[in-house]
Amino acid sequence: MKQCFDVVVIGGGHAGVEAAHAAARCAARAALITLESRQIGTMSCNPAIGGLGKGHLVREIDALDGVMGRAADAAGIQFRLLNRRKGPAVRGPRAQCDRARYRSAVQAAVETCPNLTVIEGEVVDILERNGKAAGIILADREQIFADAIVLTSGTFLGGIIHIGERQLSGGRAGERASNQLADRLRGMSLPIGRLKTGTPPRLERGSIDFSSLETQPGDQDPSMFSFLSARPSAPQCPCHITYSNQQTHDIVRENLSKSAMYAGHISGAGPRYCPSIEDKIVRFAGNPSHQIFLEPEGIDDRTVYPNGLSTALPEDVQEAYVRTIKGLERARILQPGYAIEYDYVDPRSLDRSLELRALPRLFLAGQINGTTGYEEAAAQGLIAGINAARSVQGAGPVSFDRADGYLGVMVDDLVTHGVTEPYRMFTSRAEFRLSLRADNADQRLTPRGIAIGCVGEGRRRVFASKIEILATAKRTAQSLSLTPPQAAAHGLAVNADGVRRNALELLEYPGIDVARLGAVWPALAVFPPEIAEQLENDARYAGYMERQTAAVEAMRREEARAIPQDLDYGAISGLSDELQRKLQKIRPASLGHAARIEGMTPAALTLLLSVARKMERKTA
Amino acid sequence: MARDTIYALSTGPGSAGIAVVRLSGPGADAALRALGAEPLPSPRRAQLRCLRDEDGDLIDQALVLRFVPGASYTGEAMAELHCHGGRAVVAAVLARLGQLPDCRLAEPGEFTRRALEEDKIDLVAAEALSDLIAAETECQRRQAVMGMTGALGRLAESWRGDLLRAVALVEVTIDWADEEVPEDVGPEVGVLLERVRTSMLRQIALSSGAERLRNGFEVAILGAPNSGKSSLFNALAGREAAITSTRAGTTRDVLELRYDLAGFPVVFLDTAGLRASTDEIEALGVERALSRAQGAALRIFLFSPDTEPLPNPSDHWRDGDLRVWNKRDLADAPDGYIAISAARGGGVVDLLAQIEAAVSQQVSSEALVGHLRQRQAVEDAVDNLRRAEEGISGRPPEEIAEDMRAAIAAVELLVGRIRTEDVLGEVFARFCVGK
Repeated sequence: MKQCFDVVVIGGGHAGVEAAHAAARCAARAALITLESRQIGTMSCNPAIGGLGKGHLVREIDALDGVMGRAADAAGIQFRLLNRRKGPAVRGPRAQCDRARYRSAVQAAVETCPNLTVIEGEVVDILERNGKAAGIILADREQIFADAIVLTSGTFLGGIIHIGERQLSGGRAGERASNQLADRLRGMSLPIGRLKTGTPPRLERGSIDFSSLETQPGDQDPSMFSFLSARPSAPQCPCHITYSNQQTHDIVRENLSKSAMYAGHISGAGPRYCPSIEDKIVRFAGNPSHQIFLEPEGIDDRTVYPNGLSTALPEDVQEAYVRTIKGLERARILQPGYAIEYDYVDPRSLDRSLELRALPRLFLAGQINGTTGYEEAAAQGLIAGINAARSVQGAGPVSFDRADGYLGVMVDDLVTHGVTEPYRMFTSRAEFRLSLRADNADQRLTPRGIAIGCVGEGRRRVFASKIEILATAKRTAQSLSLTPPQAAAHGLAVNADGVRRNALELLEYPGIDVARLGAVWPALAVFPPEIAEQLENDARYAGYMERQTAAVEAMRREEARAIPQDLDYGAISGLSDELQRKLQKIRPASLGHAARIEGMTPAALTLLLSVARKMERKTA
Repeated sequence: MARDTIYALSTGPGSAGIAVVRLSGPGADAALRALGAEPLPSPRRAQLRCLRDEDGDLIDQALVLRFVPGASYTGEAMAELHCHGGRAVVAAVLARLGQLPDCRLAEPGEFTRRALEEDKIDLVAAEALSDLIAAETECQRRQAVMGMTGALGRLAESWRGDLLRAVALVEVTIDWADEEVPEDVGPEVGVLLERVRTSMLRQIALSSGAERLRNGFEVAILGAPNSGKSSLFNALAGREAAITSTRAGTTRDVLELRYDLAGFPVVFLDTAGLRASTDEIEALGVERALSRAQGAALRIFLFSPDTEPLPNPSDHWRDGDLRVWNKRDLADAPDGYIAISAARGGGVVDLLAQIEAAVSQQVSSEALVGHLRQRQAVEDAVDNLRRAEEGISGRPPEEIAEDMRAAIAAVELLVGRIRTEDVLGEVFARFCVGK
């Protein structure tokens, strides 16, 4: 039987699920093809969602009605808002998640989604028609036709698992790799590289002595990921913290030559920010100990994930060093840690909708683009899914810029600079960090999502009512004002400069919050806490907003100047060879994009502008 | 948001009969008023106006041309100030413009770019712009060369290094809050910021004309022992009227001679004779001579028929340097050499003329505009650093980081771009982060 879809998504991880779900929300007939449907939504690495920068991404995914935020809220067993004591722009929600609950929440979202079909099978080839991706072929030779494909292969493309000196082909512990598809992509003469990542040994909960260890409880007042969630639904439980010691380090050092990473078996580059225990000990020889978080994998799960111990040493060495650590003296290893290396495609061969320039209608998302992390993968899946659906429907591509959100920062970084190690989000990557807050992700993106058509009716209503209350609160706050002596009479310290200030302006002062102003004006005391917090957060950075707004406008002016995608840079005289090569490879979408390419000069930009305009005139 | 009004010296820098300063942008008329060029001339009519500084003191009488939006080169409101060409006059006009709100020096090619954006010019061929690019590349190349040996380049690199370290310290407390990173980085950041700010303030002071005139252009005389360096030095010193002082240099081996060469302050450096030596002290002297010569504005390589050739002179040779053939009475000078007889004073006047030409060339290629732009960038950085320092103990780290990022953006103008990747690199080099 011949099967036809609008969009076929290959892969059931975080990128694949968001891609398939988003395409279906955009009213495309979508299919998700995965090796094993019971693995859909599996967290293959650490059992946590969110964090700094990453939590921002989850909020943005949720603002566009994606799956991840709600699934993490349903599965969260320990919620912590990181940087709680710092300003709102750098607070990041994070949750330990129960793996089983997370998986079932994701699978439920997939099953209940209209327009979305799940197909089990291994994709071995991609069909092309008229120079465009047109479907896939399964290992059993069955063909599935689609007008757009989203490939989210994670670590499965040419995946090789390393445990000490042992190597085996695989995409994840106990799961087979996709080697035929990897060969197929390599045959397309795409720029393909190798990256690596590592995991720690998994420990049996009952074999750990928690009584001697520091406990890390969740927040009293949990911060949820989804704008639609109110409170956690799973039982809550703490994490524990322990430390490596000199003895641990001695064992690791003595056995370095047995580690896959140090014995030269791995060609791929690994992340600097998620170092293996081997890396930590070699690169920071002076540190007497390293922190290890013992993260429960679930309420009913007997597995503990020792975050900080990722390794590629042989099993017996893993057991020896683990048992030198306080609380782990009798720990049993359920599954040894391993390193995995896999193929990725240089993301500079993609455009901003994550479509592959070399094969239109083929979109790539997640680790295949050189990123690491569930959140980074999911955000790309969302963007790829929306754009795959739009390409089929004849609607233009949508992209997000660096001022729209972290997802825009990520895509721009990827398509402009490529990667040299697995790319992870940090708040320090966002130059408009003070505006791109987790708390205002809905105001930044939900209206976009509504316009795109990927936001459902339920969220649209919740958002509309929130915006209405927020607008009322702002109007109220602007209508209430005090002179400095009046403020002083209420115990509010402001400059005695004779300037009358309204409630929003008063909120810019440290130490003045809506609760204090509510005591002055009861009309301000009636708003719900999340609305009050929003007013406070907006006021917080008011002093920086003028500069930031100007910078955003300057950037957008440049972004609005499109450069034709078929421009022949080789024919432009006056550009250096090096710039020509870079431009040819990156194919900037706009003048602003071109300006961020390393080595770009103002004069070369002027040249690009003139050439672009000349071409526009010709085609006009 | 209104655009900036840009300005630049549009004629070649250095002394000339007249110098034209061009302005473009919505604030062009306001800038004319701020310069006291009132009443504003009618559009496209050249009219004589007095230009005044901040305090109302006269800078110059200039011919002022005014263009209204839509009828100008860029399509924006524009003005041209045809001043007298003295360097001091131009510097004062540019300095005054730099004080005005929303006014800044134009980026290279920016007038043309605006004209393009406003659809005022349809470039017949894009090739017209390639000259511009070639010019800029040459300028960048020169700057890169200077950046390696020049004091400002080295200084800017050290600012960049300190600011990267400082911002990385702050970022690590933000992005790795959950890990074993130092809680209170304030004191260390404070030291770094103060060091950079103090150094920048000194640089601002140094960049003023008076200081530059005081320092002068250094001209290093290099040669093998006995090639006649000291004779030449004495021949120069023999022109009593020109000498302002002779004293031992900062190192034992370098003598300085201050000289007024047709109005250019020049400092001649007499260095140790260059030869490969096994004697440690002599080798040290040679090394000092070479490093001092590297920083000089100009090098004179002295050869003579009866001494050994210089060890690898080409390593230290830069465009514009001079080859001098001493003891011309012993043997004829090869092509490309200036022939002199230092002991008898022959040819020294010719040599001085060539030095004057080389130095004046440097003045004009030193790009007053670029210079002023650098100064404005440094001033902008100082403002942001001051705010960051004040906030360290009281304000949250993301705000301090914001100020520091603005300061870094200003330094970017001096040493090329800094990407967040560099900040992350600093973090990973220093801290073991990653659970």
